Amino acid sequence: MSVPLSRVDYAIIEHYVPQGARVLDVGCEDGNLLAFLEQKKAIDGRGLELSQANVNAAVARGLSVIQGDADTDLSTYPDGAFDVVILSQTLQATQAPRKVLEELLRIGKRVIVAIPNFGHWKARLHLLLRGEMPVTKSLPYSWYDTPNIHFCTLRDFVHLTEAVGATIEDSAALNAQGQRVALHAPWALWNLVGAQGIFVLRPGNGPDAQATS
Amino acid sequence: MQPTENPSTVPHGAVPHGAVLEVREPVTLQSGETLQRSHIAYTTHGTLNAARTNAILVCHALTGDQYVTGRHPITGKAGWWETMVGPGAPLDTDTHFIICANVLGGCLGSTGPGSPHPETGEVYGLNFPLVTIADMVDMQRRLVDHLGIERLLAVVGGSMGGMQVLQWAARYPERVAAAIPIATSARHSSQNIAFHEVGRQAVMADPDWRSGRYMAEGTRPTKGLAVARMGAHITYMSDDALHRKFGRSLQDKNAISFGFDADFQIESYLRHQGMTFVDRFDANSYLYLTRAMDYFDLAADHDGKVANAFADTRTRFCVISFTSDWLFPTSESRALVHALNATTAKVSFVEVETDRGHDSFLLDEPELFAAVRAFLSSVVTLEGVSP
Repeated sequence: MSVPLSRVDYAIIEHYVPQGARVLDVGCEDGNLLAFLEQKKAIDGRGLELSQANVNAAVARGLSVIQGDADTDLSTYPDGAFDVVILSQTLQATQAPRKVLEELLRIGKRVIVAIPNFGHWKARLHLLLRGEMPVTKSLPYSWYDTPNIHFCTLRDFVHLTEAVGATIEDSAALNAQGQRVALHAPWALWNLVGAQGIFVLRPGNGPDAQATS
Repeated sequence: MQPTENPSTVPHGAVPHGAVLEVREPVTLQSGETLQRSHIAYTTHGTLNAARTNAILVCHALTGDQYVTGRHPITGKAGWWETMVGPGAPLDTDTHFIICANVLGGCLGSTGPGSPHPETGEVYGLNFPLVTIADMVDMQRRLVDHLGIERLLAVVGGSMGGMQVLQWAARYPERVAAAIPIATSARHSSQNIAFHEVGRQAVMADPDWRSGRYMAEGTRPTKGLAVARMGAHITYMSDDALHRKFGRSLQDKNAISFGFDADFQIESYLRHQGMTFVDRFDANSYLYLTRAMDYFDLAADHDGKVANAFADTRTRFCVISFTSDWLFPTSESRALVHALNATTAKVSFVEVETDRGHDSFLLDEPELFAAVRAFLSSVVTLEGVSP
């Protein structure tokens, strides 16, 4: 349903997944990221995926993946069940993104969210000049057949993390080529040139939430 | 292993049962009743490795038996899971040691209602105590002990076999590395109990059933059992598959007969299914085994929550269902998966797209084979098993 994760995404995610961690990849597609993390970090990985074809492919790779829906199935996991929960390119396709994010923060000690940026300059330009909903490389669908029903900009997502009381441990914006936008660039620039964003979150905003591994 | 002859358990006299383990110690059943002596008939395929780590227990369904592969001694046909078990098959007899036992209550060599009471020598009939899925698994555990296997690489089965898989994983989690419950449920549904009751009533309505004493009285309730099988067989198939296979086609005729002969191919097919079934199955066993399924409810045995049955489990699960199975629908498997999620068990869940209904688990379904093969191979790697 989305653009494939770039190597930069993988590197960022890898950095925040401790060795041997218990990881849930929500919207894991055919399990590429899980397989990558099993190889690199010897994780105890699980996947949740909407498409049955993808699930079957992932299980055929020996991964523990179940068919399910982020909107309904996250509630079946207990609190703090995973060291890391990853939601990659999926939040915008959920019915209730806030509820989903809250569930992720409930079941994961650390949550990594990657989202396409609706505030990317190409998307803005598309709407501004052509008066049409944007169709770009990272937003490849027309409005009438897109699975992406809740778009936000990177800026919007930051507001959501504040609303649910999460702490942003790290964040990065990737440009359309999948390269990391300069770390110290101001937010307004990120929001403009970032085709997608990656956020590393921790539940709550107390001092413990600031700790990194 | 000393084969124990017990001709009365088999409709057509003595047949080889593979091996038979005689359990000499009393076995207390879930009902509280005790079997003073009992037997468990089984077959094995492949070779147990030196470390005894490559054993896979296959649990059969309601009307299955220990002849999972190879020629069946009564029907002369191939084993019931020939597609799944064999050299190079997903359950590969070249690398694994496959065990399949006739369930307690069955009629092909394991102790059941057709066995003689060890003290009186008379056939149990309805004096045989009710057995449960847990009792079946307890007997299998004795067999696994007898074979000197501490930990099973996998326990695999569909339908009633899947219930046994779940019971194994719940009761002996440390002895089951991987569990593959297929087309099954953590509890038998009301609708399924209803279908079973219809089948049992058909058997009991047959005058030759003789209140279960037909063996002593020299009769056989074949008509009742055949009707039970016909009804059950419909539940094993999907509407689409039936229509694709038979439609409204007529059997050996060009026009309807305005009578009650088998005008339609589906009628003829069902009658054939019923008639061949009675040649290989015992009516009282059918009553006992359907009852065992009806009583199965993992949640009820664990404070109302299926998840409790699998608390802290380290067993890896691969749950498999079929899109057109309306007897054990995907929703049942999904409920099981959610319960396993609640324990953060390692679980995979595959729903195979097929129009062939509940019986799909016995058929040539490439996605089923691919899932079992891949899942097992990852378990073999994780467990460090060598052939």
